[in-house]
Amino acid sequence: MTETAHTEQRDYIGAKLGMWFFLFTEVLLFGGMFLVYSVYREVYTADFHEAGMEMNVVIGAVNTVILLTSSLTMALSISAIKKGAHKISVLLQAATVLLGIAFLVNKYFEWSDHIRHGFYPDSPQLLAMSHGKILFFGLYYVMTGIHALHVLIGVSIITFILVLTLRGTVTSNDYIKLENAGLFWHLVDVIWIYLFPLFYLIL
Amino acid sequence: METSFYNAPTRYPGLFGWIFTTDHKRIGLLYLISTLSFFAVGVTLGLTMRLELIRSGMHFYGAQTYNSLFTLHGVIMIFLFIIPGIPASLGNFIMPLQIGARDVAFPKINILSWWLFMSGAACAVASLFTGGGAPDTGWTFYVPYSVRTGTNISLAVFGVFLIGMSSTLTGMNFLTTIHRLRAPGMTWRRMTLFTWSIYATSWIQLLATPVIAITLLLLILERFFGVGFFDPAKGGDPILFEHMFWIYSHPAVYIMILPAMGAVTDIIPVFSRKNIFGYTAIAASSLAIAFVGYLVWGHHMFTSGMSDTSRIIFSFLTFLVAVPSGVKIFSWIASMYKGSIRVDTPLLFTLGFIFLFSIGGLTGLIQGALSTNLHVHGTYFIVGHFHYVIFGGAVMGFFAGLHYWFPKMFGRMYEEHLAKLGWVFLFIGFNMLYFSMFVLGWEGMPRRYYDYLPKFNTPNLVSTIGSWILAMGLIIMFYNLIHSLSAGEKSGDNPWGAASLEWQTASPPPVENFETIPVVTKGPYTYS
Repeated sequence: MTETAHTEQRDYIGAKLGMWFFLFTEVLLFGGMFLVYSVYREVYTADFHEAGMEMNVVIGAVNTVILLTSSLTMALSISAIKKGAHKISVLLQAATVLLGIAFLVNKYFEWSDHIRHGFYPDSPQLLAMSHGKILFFGLYYVMTGIHALHVLIGVSIITFILVLTLRGTVTSNDYIKLENAGLFWHLVDVIWIYLFPLFYLIL
Repeated sequence: METSFYNAPTRYPGLFGWIFTTDHKRIGLLYLISTLSFFAVGVTLGLTMRLELIRSGMHFYGAQTYNSLFTLHGVIMIFLFIIPGIPASLGNFIMPLQIGARDVAFPKINILSWWLFMSGAACAVASLFTGGGAPDTGWTFYVPYSVRTGTNISLAVFGVFLIGMSSTLTGMNFLTTIHRLRAPGMTWRRMTLFTWSIYATSWIQLLATPVIAITLLLLILERFFGVGFFDPAKGGDPILFEHMFWIYSHPAVYIMILPAMGAVTDIIPVFSRKNIFGYTAIAASSLAIAFVGYLVWGHHMFTSGMSDTSRIIFSFLTFLVAVPSGVKIFSWIASMYKGSIRVDTPLLFTLGFIFLFSIGGLTGLIQGALSTNLHVHGTYFIVGHFHYVIFGGAVMGFFAGLHYWFPKMFGRMYEEHLAKLGWVFLFIGFNMLYFSMFVLGWEGMPRRYYDYLPKFNTPNLVSTIGSWILAMGLIIMFYNLIHSLSAGEKSGDNPWGAASLEWQTASPPPVENFETIPVVTKGPYTYS
């Protein structure tokens, strides 16, 4: 018997279980950052409030709508594949990818704007501000930055799954890869749902 | 006769058949070879440290070198040896066999874990020779020094980050495996207690590791971008780093000890020819240790300026976490009581484990009490404590498991008298090396110092000589095991007459583990 024969066991529930375990770890990864945020918000409440006024609520809100919509298209792509509508599923996955890219483009403009105005870690302008404001911006860049990295990873994964769907590896009989990619994408969305109010709405 | 997995055709030839394998047995052996190699490096570093400490005023090298030595010794021993240690090697090889599975749930993620581990180790080794040179902060990487030092912290810490990812994925893999791939009839209560311990350990690996991941990431960002979370000049708090660091690193010690306790729990029934006493209590205690272990991290920071209320709570919880360990010790002794005892090498290591771990655990209580903690924090007492629990406990348990499962993995027996001789050297050397540290610490010798006052000369001399005797024991033991790989007597499938499932298939097993997946009808320790 060859070595790889045993790797062909198919366990739909097991694959999903493994994905949920992995998502739990991501929650803890971001949880550490939310811990740091809550500690410093407690200590520097007024500063956080003031620094929050520098945030662009419009871009933030647009990005929120973008991500929520992308979660919708992702969920619909899974419904589509379950019904055997492969082409529609591919289109919806593509829409998700495009929306994810749109999020990243927005983020690029948002960060550029802040950096142009001198709000970035270790900038002379930032260092001249009060401690709470320095930490607020530090948290802003670190948390939205690591989140944006996960958006990028998610976009890459969904693109890969899209190719698999086109090739016929992901089908109405075997769509666990699409579902697990969807779970990851929903997590990325949920994290943003927490980031948005904490950074943009606290004024 | 089935061919063993060593002879099964692989997708790629030769060495690549190992590096690109997806067979849990081969992956277990890959981890075994790599972690034991790193152990050898760590031992050498330790011996080099002890040489500097042989006498007050004696200098073979300077303080900077010494600081790097103890940092590397810690990083290698903890992250490259004992945390992956038992779960990745024995856990990978043995656990699927014990539950009657053909492999783990995600074999490709399994080998990815090993690649991540080796990549991380490569980063850690590379940090010695690049940038500002070997890290000198201690394995705890405390700020502000870890931010300010010119040594190559970022690369070393990134290596640890990668190893952490490896550990997290292994935890996820093992949890899914145990939940989904048990053989028919293998209820939770018919699993071996080694598998139970791997299960509890996997929960810790899964949930605690991400916290160190983000902590180390923030440290790297601090070094590169000056973000300020831990910098008081920017409003940050260095103690926050300590909290985040220990929120992982305390549960990490339970990753080290739980599988060793599991191995020992499997060994005792076999060499007492008697069912385990307190199966449910032992299984429950593994879960209890895993859970309560998340709540005690503050006991590493009693002198950092925390409030009295916080310290009292952490101290209480620290005493609480000792209780399930006590449950295990009493259960092991009750398991042996009125048994038909054969003190073969695995049991000899087990008895040594119980003795040494008990000493380590009791000294942990001295440290857990707030008043005495003030006296011993930052001294050699702490160094003695953790070497007793990690080396005398986890590593001796590892050696017990290594001898017990040696015939299963390699189809051969080691030489019994040589193994016992090795144990004697190990036991004597270990106690000389580390008991002295309790004396030194109590008398006030600080840790992580490359020199000391002349009044500390005698215990330091005893300790260094002990390190040489211990090293001799390791050489004898590993010579025996390595030599027996080719020259050992063929063991047969079940040389110990053990009842658990891994022994009911060939030694070494065929690539698919079992010809047909067994239907399990009884528990793992049924001896008449």
